[in-house]
Amino acid sequence: MSLAFELLLCLMIIGTAAAALLIRDALGAIVFFIVFGNLLGLAWLSIGAANVALAEIAIGAGVTGILLILARARLKTLGDGLDFPATAVWLRLAAATICTGLAVLLAAAVLSLEPADKLGDRVAALLPDLGIENPVTGVLLAFRAYDTLLETFALLGALVAVWSLVPAGSRWRTPASMAIRDAAARTVASVFGRLLLPIALVMAAYLVWAGSDLPGGAFQGGTVLAGGLLLAVLGGAVALPRIDDARLRAVIVAGPAVFLAVGFGGIALGRFLAYPEGFEKFLIVTIEYFLALSIGVTLALLVAGRPVAPTQPDRED
Amino acid sequence: MLAAGHLFALTGAVVVGLGLYGFIILRHPLRQLLAVNVAGAGVFLLFGGLGRGTVSTDPVPQALVITGIVITVALTAFGAAMILRLAEERRAGTRLGGDEKDDAS
Repeated sequence: MSLAFELLLCLMIIGTAAAALLIRDALGAIVFFIVFGNLLGLAWLSIGAANVALAEIAIGAGVTGILLILARARLKTLGDGLDFPATAVWLRLAAATICTGLAVLLAAAVLSLEPADKLGDRVAALLPDLGIENPVTGVLLAFRAYDTLLETFALLGALVAVWSLVPAGSRWRTPASMAIRDAAARTVASVFGRLLLPIALVMAAYLVWAGSDLPGGAFQGGTVLAGGLLLAVLGGAVALPRIDDARLRAVIVAGPAVFLAVGFGGIALGRFLAYPEGFEKFLIVTIEYFLALSIGVTLALLVAGRPVAPTQPDRED
Repeated sequence: MLAAGHLFALTGAVVVGLGLYGFIILRHPLRQLLAVNVAGAGVFLLFGGLGRGTVSTDPVPQALVITGIVITVALTAFGAAMILRLAEERRAGTRLGGDEKDDAS
């Protein structure tokens, strides 16, 4: 894309980031953050990283945006107006000085490096052995599979951590209902959710499959699934499950467990996470489908939050 | 010599600075959580931008950034849950153990 477009894009990214941080109103700030995330997605497209653009827009802007808006609404009903006293002028000045210094140092470090695609050729040379064509999927599921494996466990751990925030001794098992309370709006969301959920399922399956050769993959597919589930939950078409439901737990553990099992299977071939020759693509796609399912459900439950007392009424507007 | 990859990496550097500034001056935890997300996005942009070659972009930073985005959302969810829990504790405290302590059996 042209330089003028990229310059404008960079200015808009900086502008929306500043707005997301400096606006007093919390909802306005969150909305600017979502715009910021979408502009970042465009930046990733300009860089030629469509895989990252998909993840940034779906997760960075979409899921994080819903999370923050929901947290704000729940805080409001708890009587937290999200107001805070203005920071002292000296502190602002000191912070501005330090942060400008940091940005200048980072910029100097950036300029001292030559941007280059240093590992692209080496990855491309190894891809034919895997039978897939998307180099990013190759890195995620083969060359740096260790990182991805640990990441899936971090996601699972975060969900366990969120669930563990229930008060000691409570036997609450269901997250607060997220269904929209306004009847007309709920009907619209319900119909739309019912319509969209099957489409989201097909799209998620497609993204995972296409992720072998084209931009896409388990994380992008999983997020589409999470989006469909969340919309269905908002409309009341799907109820949030109890967190001690054995089937639910099987679903959220399936991805990391299959990945780990394949990893241990690799030990038989001499190395953790080694794929047997000829079965690379089969194993990668299998892992990705289980991962996408687990990631989708885990992300949706992360947004829903921890279990609450069953008698508590819906807390969102 | 300024290359095309420098542009987004420099933008990332500015966004990191902005995010840290927001983290310091915003005195509400939810806003600070948002600021951490902004700073993190800046780090990703810096990292990914530097992988941009003349014809193609390095897939290794791309993969690591995708990993980073997922970890960020996981931590954001945990942070938001902790902030909510704190707000509930505070409200229960100001009401002298009032109506929120019901069915904890």
